[in-house]
Amino acid sequence: MRPLSELRPGDRARLTRVGGERGFRRRLMEMGILPGTEVRLVRSVGIGDLIELEVRGAYISLRLSEAQSLFLEPPR
Amino acid sequence: MSAPAASTRAERRARVVIAGNPNTGKTTVFNRLTGAHQKVGNYAGVTVEIHEGRLALGRRGQVDLLDVPGAYSLSARSREEELAIQAIAGLEPFESPDLVVVVADATQISRNLYFVLQVLELGLPCMIALNMTDMLGERGLVVDARALERELGVRVVETAATSGKGIDALLAAIGSELERSAEYEPRRLAIPESPELAEDVHLVSKALPAAWSRGNRQRERALALWALLSLEEHDELVDIPQALRVCVNERRELAAKSGRSIDTEIIQGRYSWIDSRLPQFLHQPQHKPRSRTERIDSLLLNPVAGFALFLLLMGVVFQSLFTWASPMMSVIEGVFDWLAGWMRAAIPAGIGRDFLTEGLVAGVGSVLVFLPQILLLFLFIGLMEDTGYMARAAFLMDRVMRSIGLSGRAFVPMISGYACAVPAILATRTMERQRDRTLTMLVIPLMTCSARLPVYALMIGALFPPSEVFGFVPVQGLLMVGMYLFSTIMALVAAAVLSRTLFKARTPPLILEMPPYRIPHWPSVLRMMWQRSRAFLEQAGGVILACTVVLWVLLNFPRDEQRAASFESQRQALVAQGLPHDELDARESAENMRTSWGGRLGHAIEPTLAPLGFDWKIGIGLVGAFAAREVFVTTMGVVYGAGDGVNEESSTLRGKIKAESRADGKPVYTPLVGLSLMVFFALACQCMSTLAAVKRETQGWKWPVFMFAYMGVLAWVASFAVFQGGRALGFE
Repeated sequence: MRPLSELRPGDRARLTRVGGERGFRRRLMEMGILPGTEVRLVRSVGIGDLIELEVRGAYISLRLSEAQSLFLEPPR
Repeated sequence: MSAPAASTRAERRARVVIAGNPNTGKTTVFNRLTGAHQKVGNYAGVTVEIHEGRLALGRRGQVDLLDVPGAYSLSARSREEELAIQAIAGLEPFESPDLVVVVADATQISRNLYFVLQVLELGLPCMIALNMTDMLGERGLVVDARALERELGVRVVETAATSGKGIDALLAAIGSELERSAEYEPRRLAIPESPELAEDVHLVSKALPAAWSRGNRQRERALALWALLSLEEHDELVDIPQALRVCVNERRELAAKSGRSIDTEIIQGRYSWIDSRLPQFLHQPQHKPRSRTERIDSLLLNPVAGFALFLLLMGVVFQSLFTWASPMMSVIEGVFDWLAGWMRAAIPAGIGRDFLTEGLVAGVGSVLVFLPQILLLFLFIGLMEDTGYMARAAFLMDRVMRSIGLSGRAFVPMISGYACAVPAILATRTMERQRDRTLTMLVIPLMTCSARLPVYALMIGALFPPSEVFGFVPVQGLLMVGMYLFSTIMALVAAAVLSRTLFKARTPPLILEMPPYRIPHWPSVLRMMWQRSRAFLEQAGGVILACTVVLWVLLNFPRDEQRAASFESQRQALVAQGLPHDELDARESAENMRTSWGGRLGHAIEPTLAPLGFDWKIGIGLVGAFAAREVFVTTMGVVYGAGDGVNEESSTLRGKIKAESRADGKPVYTPLVGLSLMVFFALACQCMSTLAAVKRETQGWKWPVFMFAYMGVLAWVASFAVFQGGRALGFE
């Protein structure tokens, strides 16, 4: 499995696993970020260590360190 | 749902709940529906704003409308989220709603339907306001509202609340849905579940209180799902029976042992249901263009330009709190001075008049004087929230704030503290977690607020020569900048220390939604500004007023009638000779203050202040400064007999301060004492309004008392270090 952090800005991929502590992953899943969901990396801001995703038409920002617990399907 | 008898239904007003995800324009819909007929409800233990409004519906008459805070889901971990599910499901202390209107963002329909689904699972009468339909075109999306209606079996009304489109249709639909809800047949949803999950739900539903499920099977199942998804060891929910907690814990542990995740099963079940039906009503373009919001963000979230623009914006906000608010503050002060003057002329002299003018009027004035800054700050915050920029500010500042144990959202409240701690503390409401709110509140008063400036100006002006170092850097200006730097560093250090000790918790993960940029809806922004400001006046105003009166009593009683008579006869003598008696008046005021309870308090605390280089007269000033820091200047004016109503520019007061000497003839005030005093003012919490605001926001006396204590200790220790350290280095 490759972590979400391997995505480059503009790339799309499907999630296979959403990990992390319970509150974090429950919130993500309730926002529609689940295994099987397609995400696009909008930007990755090095200074703040933040990434921005587009999921289901919404823009969601996560910390890079916390996004490590999200995994992607292997590239086709 | 077991419908109440028809007679009781006709007697009481219908209740409609407005709910939905954050950033869907929910509040704008609510404002459009209710207009001015609304207030902020108060619920024990929460500071979240639940707005209640009223709506006139032709034949149906008046309808009560409740706006619950936006959430992605009904599942709850905090007290605020618990209140939302109680309001929607009609659990204590709320009555059952007759209709739930879910405001859904048409551009993010699948995520919004997740919320709708939970309301339908509960078997509640429900309809959808499909909002932001005006934003669909830009994204190339088409949502077929009729098809959506068919799939969900509930009424769907298309709206664009910002422009007011569809609001009339929504009103009419609410009316006709309320007519129907008497014979409402709940929609039966069949979200597939595994036999294991069905077993979990079955067992948990047996542990639910009877008052929750009301014997309704569908509702029972939905609340069991809610409990399985919500409860955990460290949640902040208060109305959960122990038996239910035990049961949920057992089921979750059992599931974990066999490698299942109940959370994933429930949430994925709902989303699979939605995703399989999505193509029926949503048409998406094959190739999505880069949205306008994304293009704006490539500038505003740019690590260099975005930061520069953010700091520029903060500079404007900060500056305007100083400069735009100050004329309005002068007007308010002027009005109250005039009122006091008018009373002095109209009412015969005596304690009653003094109480009215110096206690009551001054007290009300000291509450209202904050209004301009509070209004302005809430205007800026409202604009930042409504345009969507607030999330970007949190994005940009997350890294810096994380290093001191706070989230990016703490930045705006903290920087507002440079103007005044009171509105800054109210601004902490934009943060989600109580821990973050309390921690931010505790360090805000360390920022150099505008009330400290007169004290610094008096000390620097009186004790430090207007000379220059290195030939061009003015000493006085350097000291002023130094005080700002000092306070900022102390606030950051305090936050870092508190977050690693008392507020020890792993920094919560960040999930930050970046809403699309929007033109602000002015009526909503202005209404929010007014409602938040009024809540402050109503709830912190009482404490501030009471403290002002107590301080007035401390500094004016007990009175010595004999002395008053003696001063009065001397005054008559001077008047008879046609000589001025200002100096005599000033001496009388100083005498009165010396023997007042406040003066005795100054004497009593002198031993603790001596190691900092302060005498009892400064002690009185510190007692008076508890009303507000700038009061120190006027109190010192009275103590040193410079007369009433002096300011920090007064050369009389500056002269008196320089001339003041101890018993051994050495001056009381040296530059070292001045520095020690400024450090004390930088760190001590001498502001009853701040404490009143913290009490209001934390709903108790625990944190204001803690704040007063920790800042007091910090101030004493730092001043001690400055004064004794300075003396050890050979300064006087």
